[in-house]
This record gives sequence, structure tokens and C-alpha cells, in this order.
Amino acid sequence: MRKIVIPGEIIESGESYLPGEGTEKRGEDIVSIKYGLAEESNKLVKVIPLSGVYLPRRGNVVIGKVENITFNGWVVDIGTAEGAFLSLSEVPRYIDKNGLDELMGIGDMMIAKIVEINKRGIDLTIKVRGLGKIEEGLIVKINSNKVPRIIGKEGSMISIIKDETKCDITVGQNGLVWIQGATVEDELFAKKAIMFIVENSFVEGLTEEVKRWFKEEKK
Amino acid sequence: MAKKDSFERPDGRAVDETRKMSAKVGVVENADGSAMFSFGDTVAIAAVYGPRKMHPQHMQDMEKGTLRYNYNMFSFSVTERIRPGPSRRSQEISKISQWAIEPVVMIDKFPGNVIDVYVSIIQANASTRCAGINAAALALAHAGIPMKDMVSSVSIGKLDKQLVVDLSKAEEDWEEGEGATDIPITMTGDGKITHIQLDGKIETKQLKEAVRLARKACKDIYEIQKKALKESVDLKEK
Repeated sequence: MRKIVIPGEIIESGESYLPGEGTEKRGEDIVSIKYGLAEESNKLVKVIPLSGVYLPRRGNVVIGKVENITFNGWVVDIGTAEGAFLSLSEVPRYIDKNGLDELMGIGDMMIAKIVEINKRGIDLTIKVRGLGKIEEGLIVKINSNKVPRIIGKEGSMISIIKDETKCDITVGQNGLVWIQGATVEDELFAKKAIMFIVENSFVEGLTEEVKRWFKEEKK
Repeated sequence: MAKKDSFERPDGRAVDETRKMSAKVGVVENADGSAMFSFGDTVAIAAVYGPRKMHPQHMQDMEKGTLRYNYNMFSFSVTERIRPGPSRRSQEISKISQWAIEPVVMIDKFPGNVIDVYVSIIQANASTRCAGINAAALALAHAGIPMKDMVSSVSIGKLDKQLVVDLSKAEEDWEEGEGATDIPITMTGDGKITHIQLDGKIETKQLKEAVRLARKACKDIYEIQKKALKESVDLKEK
């Protein structure tokens, strides 16, 4: 069962429950420390935030913009309080130290993965396949809390959009979505679909709703 | 209602009755979290930004984060125009409100960062700091900031010898007998006091009674806050 909880509210009571993300154990009770949707599965209680800024985590794939170039890497804006840095050593091919801007200049967009979060900031990598500079396409910004809805359970939602619009879509955990299609019309259609999901993110059985939406739009 | 027949408030409320309250979250589009809270004619809007990098760097606290609270009254919020911008009074209220909220915000999760809370009073009729704190607590929750609990704030007044809940401007200027004493109190959802202010004279016994009245009023305010947060999203369950 899903319900909305506020900070300080007791979600479940009893020894058998375990506190997950966004919750805290106080005595026998599992108490929410965030405003969001409470969910319980296998006795693990967690709260999914509904609003607020993006909080980076290790392993997240994000989309960012090059802000600055230093002697050994790129400073990337991924919309977090901490600055993100892509080191030269995290690039899969040889780059001349004096020609960093030949790979990516200031203002270029990229897909990267967070490898580490430490006191100095966030370290990124593009060594995995599928990551790197974005050459073409459309980037849409959505609320980072809606990202799980766009992806759906085990990627069910995103594959529907991909099939229906024939676009290649990459969702950054920080709320930036990269759409790449054959024509601009296709890309704009995919954007429209994403916006529909964002607006209806609380509807139960959203996947079915989206399928219906596509049927109506294609008429 | 425990209405004492000998005492009548200017607006006809019972002694333990607050003005009509209303609350709403998500009123400022560009903020990370925002809320509006009102006691009758007193309306406060709070906007929360962050956690974001503290700038300048020398103000960064690497042990725990920083909470910055800014209380501002608009020049048109009162009947006689006030000079806009920070004043001695607004700086003092900013500081005291920050202390009222700090105990519940889990700021230690964001070292080197700052959470900014901007509270604007768009219409004032006494108890502005209380409305501001209530709005700020809502806005912080709306911004997804981890908090131990919510806070609710109310002002208790002593008019001559009578204790009343939620002072209005007309009551603040009470002149009969011993005059008016204003006691703003802030409490967490489970009734722990995070802030209490008092200037004027009051007996120890009566102060205890004031805290008891505040506890009851804060419970009502807490329910209003809870309702505002829960109703801001439509689950559309079928």
C-alpha cells in the first residue's frame, strides 16, 4: 500500500520492520524523516521523495554540461551542490594534454557515470560503453524525482516510449533526458510522451495509461 | 470551549481559539520547496533553496551543513508603509526563527552546503514570526530535506490577566490593566519545545498554563500542516 508521509510520522510499528531509505528507527517505530511516498516490501520500509533537489549517488548515470576545462580534466555541471569532475584518466582513449577541448569544449553535453563521491566532490567516468559526448538530439529537463516513473519497473516504461516513438532515449538520474531520433518530429513526440508521464506520475497503472495515450495520439 | 464570560476578545473569538488557518505547499515555482501559511490576515510565504554549495568558501562548515533563515516583511504588509530591507527587528526574528527550526532539520547530512530559507510576510496582523516558522517547516519538508519532525508555532498572549491564543494586532496593543504580553512558542509534532520567547511579566504558574494552551494549539496547527502536505499530491487511486 502506498501512502504519503510527512517528516516525523510513524509509518509502521513493530520489531520485524527494517528502516530503509528516508526512514529512521526510533524504539519500536519506523519513522519517516522525509516528505514522500512510503512503501513497504519484505518488511523493508522506505520513503521515496516527491520533490526537492537531486542527491547524487555512486553508480548513477547522469547527463551534464561542461563548465570548465582544467589541465587534467573537465568540470561538469550535473545540477548538484557539489561540483562534478571528469578526469583525463577516465577517458577511454588517448587525449593530448593540450587538446582537451578537441574532445569536449565548454558548453558540450555528455553522459557520464558517477564513480565516487568524496569530500572534494563528485568523480565521473565515461569509460563504460554508451557514455561520452552527446553529438546530436534533444535534451529535456524534468524533476529528478520523476526519473523512476519514466524508466518504469525494470525499464518497462522507457521501452514502450522507445518502441512507440522509434527514438533512442537515455535518462540521466539527475533529471535530464536525452532523446535521439531520425527526425525532429519523432524527438518532439517522445518529449510529449515524457511530459505526459511527468504530469500523471501518481496515476496507478501508469503503464496501461501510457499505452492508451499512444493509441489516441497516433490516430 | 472554555469561554470565560467575563472576558471578551475584540474579534469575538474564544480564549483558546486561533484565527482561521490555511496552508498550501508549492506556491513558488522556481524554489526547491515552498509553502504559504496564514493566521487570519497574517500571511507568510516561505521558499527553500538547496542544499547548495556555501559561497563564500570561508563560511563553509565541513562538519555539518548550514541553515540560513531570512525573515522579511514587505513594505506594504502593514497599514503604515515600513522601510523595505533588513532592519534590526527582522534580523532578530531571522535568528530566533532559525534556532526554532534548526533542532529538527538533519543538517549534518550536507557538510559544506547551505539550505536557504526565505520567509516573506506579505500581509501582517501580528504573530508574523509564528506564521513564518509554520510556513518554513512546510517548505523544508516540501523541498525533500530530511527532518526529525515538523515544527508548529503559535503565539500566546496575556491580556491584563487573561491568557489568549494567537494574538491579533488589536490584542497586541492591549492597554487595560497590566497590558499585553506576547509569548511565541514553537513545538515539534510530539510536543517538545524548540523556541519560547517572553518579554513582559508573567507568573510561573501562568506560564505553565500558557505552555499547555500552546501545546493544544500547536496540535491543531500540526494537523493543518499535515493536511496541506498530504493533499498537495493527488494519488488518483482508482
